[in-house]
Amino acid sequence: MPVSKMVGAKVKRREDPRLVRGLAHYVDDINLPNTLHVSILRSPYAHARITTLETDAALKHPGVVAVVTGPDLRDQVGLVPVASQNPSLRVPKHHVLAVEKVCYVGESVAAVVAEDRYTARDALDLIRVDYELLPAVSDAEKALASGAPVIHSEWPDNVAFRWELKQGNLAHAFKEAHKVVRQRFVHQRLAPIAIEPRGVLARYLPGEKELTVWSSTQIPHLLKTQLSLMLNLPENRVRVIAPEVGGGFGSKLNVYREEALIGYLALKLNRPVKWIEGRRENIQTTIHGRGQIGEAEVAVKKDGTLLGLQYKVIADIGAYHQLLTPGIPPLTGLMLSGCYKIPAIGMEVTGVFTNKIATDAYRGAGRPEATYVVERMMDRVAQELGIDRVEFRKKNFPRPKDFPFKTATGLAYDSGNYQAALDKALKLAGYEKLRGEQNKLRKQGRYLGIGLSTYVEICAMGPSAAMPAGGWEYGNVKVEPTGKVTVLTGVSPHGQGQETSFAQIVADELGVDIDDITVVHGDTSAVPSGIGTFGSRATAVGGTAVYQAAEKVKEKAREIAAHLLEADPEDLTFSDGRFSVKGVPKKGLTIQQIALEAYMARRLPKKMEPGLSATSVFEPSNFTFPFGTHICVVEVEPQTGKVEIKKYVAVDDCGKVINPLLVDGQIQGGIAQGLGQALFEEVIYDENGQLLTSSLMDYPLPRALDLPRLELSRTETPTPVNPLGIKGVGEAGTIGSTPAIVNAVVDALAPFGVTDIDMPLKPEKIWQLCQTKEPTKARGGR
Amino acid sequence: MIPAPFEYAAPQTLGEAIRLLSSEGEEAKLLAGGHSLLPMMKLRLANPKILIDLRRISGLSGIRREGDQIVIGALTTHYEIESSALLKEVCPLLPETARAIGDVQVRNRGTIGGSLAHADPAADLPAAILALGGELRLTGSDDQRWVKGEDFFLGLMTTALKPTQIITEIRVPVLAGAVGTAYLKIAQKASGFAIVGVAVWVKVEDKACTDIGVAVTGLGAKPFRAKEVEKKLWGKRVDHTFLDADASHVDRGIDPLDDIHASARFRAHLARVLTDRAIHEAISKATSRKS
Repeated sequence: MPVSKMVGAKVKRREDPRLVRGLAHYVDDINLPNTLHVSILRSPYAHARITTLETDAALKHPGVVAVVTGPDLRDQVGLVPVASQNPSLRVPKHHVLAVEKVCYVGESVAAVVAEDRYTARDALDLIRVDYELLPAVSDAEKALASGAPVIHSEWPDNVAFRWELKQGNLAHAFKEAHKVVRQRFVHQRLAPIAIEPRGVLARYLPGEKELTVWSSTQIPHLLKTQLSLMLNLPENRVRVIAPEVGGGFGSKLNVYREEALIGYLALKLNRPVKWIEGRRENIQTTIHGRGQIGEAEVAVKKDGTLLGLQYKVIADIGAYHQLLTPGIPPLTGLMLSGCYKIPAIGMEVTGVFTNKIATDAYRGAGRPEATYVVERMMDRVAQELGIDRVEFRKKNFPRPKDFPFKTATGLAYDSGNYQAALDKALKLAGYEKLRGEQNKLRKQGRYLGIGLSTYVEICAMGPSAAMPAGGWEYGNVKVEPTGKVTVLTGVSPHGQGQETSFAQIVADELGVDIDDITVVHGDTSAVPSGIGTFGSRATAVGGTAVYQAAEKVKEKAREIAAHLLEADPEDLTFSDGRFSVKGVPKKGLTIQQIALEAYMARRLPKKMEPGLSATSVFEPSNFTFPFGTHICVVEVEPQTGKVEIKKYVAVDDCGKVINPLLVDGQIQGGIAQGLGQALFEEVIYDENGQLLTSSLMDYPLPRALDLPRLELSRTETPTPVNPLGIKGVGEAGTIGSTPAIVNAVVDALAPFGVTDIDMPLKPEKIWQLCQTKEPTKARGGR
Repeated sequence: MIPAPFEYAAPQTLGEAIRLLSSEGEEAKLLAGGHSLLPMMKLRLANPKILIDLRRISGLSGIRREGDQIVIGALTTHYEIESSALLKEVCPLLPETARAIGDVQVRNRGTIGGSLAHADPAADLPAAILALGGELRLTGSDDQRWVKGEDFFLGLMTTALKPTQIITEIRVPVLAGAVGTAYLKIAQKASGFAIVGVAVWVKVEDKACTDIGVAVTGLGAKPFRAKEVEKKLWGKRVDHTFLDADASHVDRGIDPLDDIHASARFRAHLARVLTDRAIHEAISKATSRKS
């Protein structure tokens, strides 16, 4: 790249003024004349047969326009799709409205369409449904047991799929081991809770034969394809718009029942139709994350050399698959090497149907589980061997010269310097001093814990060969006749700030003012193609496409400039948005002047097409592998089980940084959600499949006051996978933080003989553990 | 999250409100801050036929001193209590408790009368009112009486308030002399309501406890005054040699709540811990106040 001015600079988010002033337009802010509103009747039971479903009274209610049920739609609307496949996958029919039976609390049974929201909701109460209750199973382990109620009678049991990975000589590793350490891990279900719940507005224009669907989604282009299939419409007559989207965290990386339902109703009724999800619906029917229960085993030599790791896991699928449901646990398997040399790795996944909403991608999507297992095991093993946990990690790190580093799981880590990030974090945290303080306080009956997590994750998804629906990304850069620059991107930012960072990339490349650049996204009619925003891919893949498109524009501009200046293109220099002839700086043309010429098209080189724009579709050759070290210091009060975070240091390496403010923001938000999982977040269903945490009065979200001051720092190891050296940062904070916090609490409780606690680390659990044993006065562990 | 249809009335006078309430009876609900009622209506757990909005009636809010009593209008917001200079001076337990309620937005709308009438077993203010021996004025069409806090709370979300009565005022005594106060709570992480909350005031004269009030919320189906704990401290020497507040029986006779946020056993344990800590904190404040 030429001299960079914007890339790397702390440019404030250009999105924020409209957001903080309430001028942005989310789905519910879009008002079309004559819009109808939908309210959805949902099952109060986890498993039941629908014996009666009478809608006449609701239909007669003044203001009600239509009432639809599962049987009405089963031949009209296709099934909810699952994109992730594997050979053993069982795919139950996932109708848009329940047919014959319901399989989780909140499953949609009928929809009322009315002139306004209030009427639609009132009429719901007039629908008569009789349910014949069926035995439900909400616990994934119990669902696997013989005699458990079978949720889908097409199959003999609740197994949704089995998936296995075995690399290296596991038998040998475990036979040779000086020690084998085993630990059970529970990754509780989490609700993603985007602040804006889902929402859909659809309009059909019968004259133009065009269906437009506004949806709060992360993947407008993929949704367009799927909706055209579900609704049996030509894809070129479907337009999807993701307007302002208030967060997703993976939960909107999906195709939901309601998106097809609302599209169908708009088609059928020839009027705009809108549905906005309530928070209770959001927790009941938007996908959950995590939901793994596993047993890990690590084989290790006496000197601390890792020999092998096995992880046998039960994945809680829920009642039906959503888009990527079966693809999440294998991602855990791929990342089980962590940032260590482990010659033999095995993972066995059993996906299990339960009477609950599906699990799917939630920030981190499989990698937090892997990192948690590996980083908790690193502490467990170090403790069992009586060796220093920092030295143990360092011993097993690949060295910088080992990159690309091939893992037993079949990945090639692009670049890394794990030791540098760890050393920097130890220094920032004052690690040695903290250990001294810990010992001092323990003598006073105070329990300080120091937790460490050295993580690596997989980003920039990804090579198309490894993705269910394409891993490339689309970018287009156009210099308008007036010199303004329009950038089209196929990614769909919903809080990540690419309207800012992509403008920074283009501003540097074309030498134009950032205020002259507009980044357009989230509309399938404005942006011809795209994959979307997820898997920490938007900047590394989408940003690269934009960068390459800008390069092409610059090259064309150079040719035009050379033609007009009667110089050889090689004899032109480019700086500050202007081409000039080498040695004759006064003889030059700005990119804006060139753009005008490109559209006037009177003096262009022969055979050159008019206009000044270019497209690039970037197909990455590999994933990227960001990494880092998080250190957390807690004080635990045994009497009440309270955990106070005293210090938090994060050193993250996401490759080349476009905008440090955006990177810090991603890390901060990621740590907040990782902390939520570690300390208090948990979706709880009772044994009958009733959801006990169905509102924010019962499901705790991290709040500002829960967060410690975060001391953030970075190392910068560019990736060779893309020309900008960007790795991605959207999920790192969530992945790195959870094990650091849990390791800290376990470390604090070492005097009580505690070696493990299941998340979330609620005060009561900690209190109970402190009851069982008098604290030892021994010195703190290493 | 859309309530069932309801009617709405906004009377200008207390008399009008009481007349409406008398004619509509149990079909009516009173609206003050609405922080508990409206969510219940949106979930259709409460479906009143008519809402009687009390907020246009003058004289139902405000904090004033009447001799050795403080009188607080039922529509006084938590924030007004939290920030009242008068209360901070003569009854700091109430501002300390109000400050622990929800967040700023909640405290700016929620009212003391609404909170007491709703009688959520985990609400904060009932603990302070009970500890202080506060009273509530219940006003009906032909009766008006002061009811002691202890006689007001009957059970889970049940009170002595009749469907035709309105809480109009709350009164608590002025705490004179070397008094220390404390409200400690461990909050339910999501809702902010108390898993356990303990309100204490204590008077220290000549290094001895000469008066005390201790009340607990969140533990049982209704808030209660911990009289046994109080009794043990009466006349007790509370200087630097004081170690044990003897709160180990604070949960005696109480059937603790048990839910996904805390088991009965843990709640009872926390009640003991917080009672002990709150008493120590109150004594320490009383002692430093004196010096």
